[in-house]
Amino acid sequence: MVMADGSTSSENYKRIPNIGFTNLFINGDFVHSISGKTFETIDPSTKQVIANIAQGDKEDVDLAVKAARQAFDDGCWPRMPGYMRGKIMNKFADLIDENIEELALLETLDAGKVFSFETTVDIPSISKELRYFAGAADKIHGKTLKLSSEFQGYTLLEPIGVVGLIIPWNFPSAMFILKCAPALAAGCTMVVKPAEQAPLPALYLAHLAKLAGIPDGVLNVVTGLGHIAGAAVASHMDIDSVSFTGSTEVGRRIMQASATSNLKTVSLELGGKSPLIIFDDADVDQAADLALFGSLANKGEICVCSSRVFVQEGIYDELMKKLVEKAKTWIVGDPFDPSTCQGPQVDKKQYERVLSYIDHGKREGATLLIGGKPCGDEGYFIEPTIFENVADDSLIARDEIFGPVMAVMKFKTVEEVIKRGNATSYGLAAGIVTNDLNIANRVSRSIRAGIVWINCYHNFDSGCPIGGYKMSGFGKDHGMEALQKYIKTKAVVTPIYDSPWL
Amino acid sequence: MAARRISGFISRSLSSSIASPGRTCNLRSEIQRFSTAAALQEPITPPVRKTFPAFDPRTGEVIANVAEGDAEDINRAVSAARKAFDEGPWPKMTAYERSCVLLRFADLVEKHNDELAALESWNNGKTYEQAAKSEVPMLARLFRYYAGWADKIHGLTVPADGPYHVQTLHEPIGVAGQIIPWNFPLLMFAWKVGPALACGNTIAGLPPGVLNVVSGFGPTAGAALASHMDVDKVRYSHVNPCIIIAFTGSTETGKIVQELAAKSNLKAVTLELGGKSPFIVCEDADIDKAVELAHFALFFNQGQCCCAGSRTFVHERVHEEFLEKSKARALRRTVGDPFQKGIEQGPQIDSEQFEKILRYIKSGVESNATLECGGDRFGSKGFYVQPTVFSNVKDDMLIAKDEIFGPVQSILKFKANATRYGLAAGVFTQNLDTANRLSRALRAGTVWVNCFDVFDAAIPFGGYKMSGIGREKGIYSLHNYLQVKAVVTALKNPAWL
Repeated sequence: MVMADGSTSSENYKRIPNIGFTNLFINGDFVHSISGKTFETIDPSTKQVIANIAQGDKEDVDLAVKAARQAFDDGCWPRMPGYMRGKIMNKFADLIDENIEELALLETLDAGKVFSFETTVDIPSISKELRYFAGAADKIHGKTLKLSSEFQGYTLLEPIGVVGLIIPWNFPSAMFILKCAPALAAGCTMVVKPAEQAPLPALYLAHLAKLAGIPDGVLNVVTGLGHIAGAAVASHMDIDSVSFTGSTEVGRRIMQASATSNLKTVSLELGGKSPLIIFDDADVDQAADLALFGSLANKGEICVCSSRVFVQEGIYDELMKKLVEKAKTWIVGDPFDPSTCQGPQVDKKQYERVLSYIDHGKREGATLLIGGKPCGDEGYFIEPTIFENVADDSLIARDEIFGPVMAVMKFKTVEEVIKRGNATSYGLAAGIVTNDLNIANRVSRSIRAGIVWINCYHNFDSGCPIGGYKMSGFGKDHGMEALQKYIKTKAVVTPIYDSPWL
Repeated sequence: MAARRISGFISRSLSSSIASPGRTCNLRSEIQRFSTAAALQEPITPPVRKTFPAFDPRTGEVIANVAEGDAEDINRAVSAARKAFDEGPWPKMTAYERSCVLLRFADLVEKHNDELAALESWNNGKTYEQAAKSEVPMLARLFRYYAGWADKIHGLTVPADGPYHVQTLHEPIGVAGQIIPWNFPLLMFAWKVGPALACGNTIAGLPPGVLNVVSGFGPTAGAALASHMDVDKVRYSHVNPCIIIAFTGSTETGKIVQELAAKSNLKAVTLELGGKSPFIVCEDADIDKAVELAHFALFFNQGQCCCAGSRTFVHERVHEEFLEKSKARALRRTVGDPFQKGIEQGPQIDSEQFEKILRYIKSGVESNATLECGGDRFGSKGFYVQPTVFSNVKDDMLIAKDEIFGPVQSILKFKANATRYGLAAGVFTQNLDTANRLSRALRAGTVWVNCFDVFDAAIPFGGYKMSGIGREKGIYSLHNYLQVKAVVTALKNPAWL
């Protein structure tokens, strides 16, 4: 593996944008937090402070909720026809397309993501997502019902109200739009709490939202610390629903907060320990590429990462050789460098956590094939790491590491691997590599996971719903199913007299 | 096929949506330039061409001569559409990309709003105000509506009774033939073209061949489209020549279209035909509001709406007051040049319709209905008809049974379902039970309660009985342009069923 040159040459690639937005966005204005407190956001490539961001407290969250509540109860947003909401959302999408580079820069700087990926894949996908839901806003249909007595009934699908959206740091822009777009389409108003590790993209997007014509109070952003601002959102008595993407541990706390406050509906998209299962008939080259991509993409900081790779014994030796060979070309370095495959972990805490798991792996007796150490001494870079001979019950096979660490296990039969693949409390995603129709059908229906990728991985689409089974959470993102988080169904029933049919 | 109307402009707009921005130039020369266009990407200047005149109904004068397509031109258009479907990029583009093209078209329509409205008003006689403020914006609105459907066309995975994985794929049907009427040329274009394109079909731009427009006469070009077997048998005989034909127009012509479809290749047919829709004023109605709405329901678009509320049923208790006020309202209706501000009613579309309306008025008088006002042509030039009101109309009179398609209101005392049509109905009441009972009892495709002619993009529209087959607009319109393929795979050892 090759490391980019030292910091001096990385300066060539870095273009520091003007950080225009560092304050809370409440009721259409950027405002300081009431306390005046701020927190630092760091560039994980250099460990330098990028900017000081307003730190929202419970009081700031109250203000934001007040604005959102007024916008919902009295404002125009829910009272606009879906078509008009869609028009404004399309304008928002157009503005994103006009500012792709700016957003990409913020994302790379704040979250250590690879700049070329941001400009070509990640950021362009978010305007598509907005357009998908812009086109959905006028297509939310209820039903007229067939009742068993002389009554007429129908269902109205109504916006749930004020929603709290707690956004993670691994895809700050994409997650912001992922959560907001269906909420906007449904006619809800929202308070967004971006992760403190990477708050910059959210604030910039709020600025674009206003330019697009999203009315004041509809979309509010309160930056701050998870256990303060995030907790305030989860336990707020006037928020009707909370949607969270993040760790299972925090997901639990949010659900508890809902129970002890106002029983707001909850949707959670949590951790995973997703299996990628490679069968004997797989093309070794393709399988190795998928395994690397599946576990190392975005420095392993994706909830659906294929962190457990099961390889059937017939293909095992050949595949492992290929894997190691390809991993050597996986470049870790300055995320602004166009040849980089992997940037730094998002912050010190994550960095140390991943290294600690790697340590466990070594001590538990797994065989370290490649990597296993930090990369360079500037920034939070870690080498792509592959372990084999990993015991199913070892820590690195059970816990979500959220770093560039792949655990490889060998298997014999289909039935065996189904059992082992399912032997996890998580159930977010899974991958299958085979060309056999029966294996594909058998395994895809047997694995308990919210998305199963066959001969591909990390394939996301605005139209394809994803969300977890088991302790990976509940509720869907993407697709028309995503709207369900933000809609309540009301049945309306009236007696009818002398109807010619029933 | 655009029956006797100029649609070359639109086809050119679509195919050059990326290439060249619109140009504003003198309207007449614009029309000249496009009136020779028959199909395909480039306007064709054919060697010796039949043309037919497009008239200005204010005066009866010719605006321009439009290329007259016949069976041969239809063949070329279908061929191009077939090629575009089988080999071209359109059906293979991602739905998102298709939706972007439809959105871009909507943007272009908006940009050329006034020009399109002027063309429509000039050729059709409807007021410029209606065209510019209502119809053309609605065209853009509809295309945006359908753009939003393109990537949301879902089939199903289906629970089977045995170990099978079952999915239904909703596939584009192929080449759609669409015959568009003259009363709302732009709107009807959107109702047909929008869903067809959203579903990935091509029409007998955009990539070349995807949208083809052939102007001509119904009995020649229209009939050729309805009976098309698909052009090149040698080349495409292995392909199912599935064409769907969508037609809006008179019931009489609709029957011919369906017959031709049956005799040729059993193409699927959707028909949106005539109507004699009842407008029912209940005894609890607010009379002033009811009068205004009933007036609008009939007289809108010079009475040239398939769903016009052309039989106004009034409860006997409020009949007298209603009649008096309706007559006064009709007398106040301003008739004149549709380009002039403040005019409510322009001329009828052409001499044929004009003569027909006057004949029906004569029949009304002869059958002893009471002529309250109007009853004759308006002015001495063009095809204007005075707003006309008949009362004491009986169900068995011709003016109560036939679709007149003109500014002739017939007021009757109460009784609704006696008609072979079933397109729409209006109910005017505050009473919850009455509204519920009537809306279920009326055999019509749309029932408007305390409103009329509400044509939002998502609301399906179509007829019961002899007013037609199938529905347009809304999610329902997609069904017309998709076919369902079930894919069934045997499962070994399924984890669940």
